[in-house]
Amino acid sequence: MSTDATEAATETASDVAIRVLELHKYFGDLEVLKGIDFQVDHGEVVCVIGPSGSGKSTLLRCINRLEESTSGNIFIEGDDITDPDADVDLLRTRIGMVFQQFNLFPHLTVLRNLTVGQTKVLKRSKTEAVQIAEEMLERVGLSEKRDEYPIRLSGGQQQRVAIARSLCMKPDMMLFDEPTSALDPELVGEVLEVMRTLADEGMTMMVVTHEMGFASEVADRVVFMDEGIVVEEGPPAQVLKDPQTERAQKFLKMIDHA
Amino acid sequence: MYVIAALAVVGIALAADWPTIQRNFFQVDVIREMFPELVTIAAKNTAIYTTLSFALGFVLALALALMRMSTVAPFRAFAMIYIELFRGLPALVTLILIGFGLPIAFDGFRLGSTMVRGSVGLAIVAGAYMAETIRAGVEAVPRGQSEAARSLGMSKNRTMFTIILPQAFRIIIPPLTNELVLLIKDTSLFFVLGTTPASKELTKFARDFMVSSRNATPLTVVAIAYLAITLPLTYVVRRMERNAGKSR
Ligand SMILES: Nc1ncnc2c1ncn2[C@@H]1O[C@H](COP(=O)(O)OP(=O)(O)OP(=O)(O)O)[C@@H](O)[C@H]1O
Ligand SMILES: [Mg+2]
Repeated sequence: MSTDATEAATETASDVAIRVLELHKYFGDLEVLKGIDFQVDHGEVVCVIGPSGSGKSTLLRCINRLEESTSGNIFIEGDDITDPDADVDLLRTRIGMVFQQFNLFPHLTVLRNLTVGQTKVLKRSKTEAVQIAEEMLERVGLSEKRDEYPIRLSGGQQQRVAIARSLCMKPDMMLFDEPTSALDPELVGEVLEVMRTLADEGMTMMVVTHEMGFASEVADRVVFMDEGIVVEEGPPAQVLKDPQTERAQKFLKMIDHA
Repeated sequence: MYVIAALAVVGIALAADWPTIQRNFFQVDVIREMFPELVTIAAKNTAIYTTLSFALGFVLALALALMRMSTVAPFRAFAMIYIELFRGLPALVTLILIGFGLPIAFDGFRLGSTMVRGSVGLAIVAGAYMAETIRAGVEAVPRGQSEAARSLGMSKNRTMFTIILPQAFRIIIPPLTNELVLLIKDTSLFFVLGTTPASKELTKFARDFMVSSRNATPLTVVAIAYLAITLPLTYVVRRMERNAGKSR
């Protein structure tokens, strides 16, 4: 279970980390999410797959409100975050987000990348923040890069720092949007390894990915999206190996041949 | 082409009355007389006026840029009108407005010394230009930066001040330095505000010296003084721009 079990217990009792109800999202006239319903339980790892443009990123971004959904509800541990009065900044400290392009802060050292959120948002003391940052750097195996600037790191290292940066906030769950898609093939493994460890430790994770190997080995559940709806979901063995819908079959065949 | 140019140079060199030119533009006695006031008053004042105008202008520009990018429509409108207005007017008109327009309109309203009035006037103009520079810098910072910061729970303002602006300032150092060069030259407009012997900047100092010495040499000296500051700055900017281009 989550490392912050005590904190979670004080929240509105709910076994469900993320619950999405009848979610719609328009960009202008373009309907990108057409009524999404699904949930992620505490400690569950859910991989979201699907063709380009199917709305995977948009769904993820609605969950931490980088995008505003048009209608429907999203509950994070029982709290309705689509409520206009919801404290978005507080909500986001509970949800770690990892981007395809890493998005490290280039003007700050690795250590400062890891402490800036802790000190400015969580108001932790500098000593505590540094201690946590060093601990998280150790977890992603980059302790010796502490004082480097991001530009001096490889893509794989940058993404591991980005994961550590999120972990420093001690989030209840983590969202990953194609975390390895911008990486050279030989650097993909080190990032997936870190994510696998996180999953083993019980982190609640929602991962948009094209890494079918990772999905089948690590995911508790795979969600296949196409054209703004969840077409099929279930255990990886079922969705990836024996898809029921024609659309999923077609997509997986295409991925196989890529 | 080169032949014609060379012939022209030779022709001018032969035709020119070198002794007269030397006497009028490079008279050593006059140069000697200009010291030490050239440094202790004129150059010093130019430096002070430039620094003040730049500092004030920058603060103003930052405020305007933030208003320009605000979600509050009246702020945006105000900043937009301000920027268009003061970029559209000659700096001289703004200086006259501050120096004479306001005192006439509001009887006795006087903004301190020449230094203060002039610097405020130039800052008002520079603020308009630099606001657009700052905005361009902010917009040049990739979207992912603010998304990452917001995802850590930073508020909009916190994100702007700790993540976006520090990166934007780095991007706009070259254009800001260009603005500084423009300001150095624009301080020559201070003469319209009237000056005391102690408040003359380089240009006014040269003009008065020209009249009293009935010789054009002071102009040469002051031109060299301006170039001694502006040329290195322009050179540094060009280098920075080239390096920035390389690192992309
Ligand atoms: N800010 C935006 N404005 C307008 N349209 C957008 C915007 N963001 C995404 N879209 C559109 O929404 C649709 C879904 O985009 P989304 O990025 O969610 O897809 P995706 O499944 O993540 O695709 P990919 O695998 O390529 O990342 C696309 O058609 C895209 O063009
Ligand atoms: Mg995407």
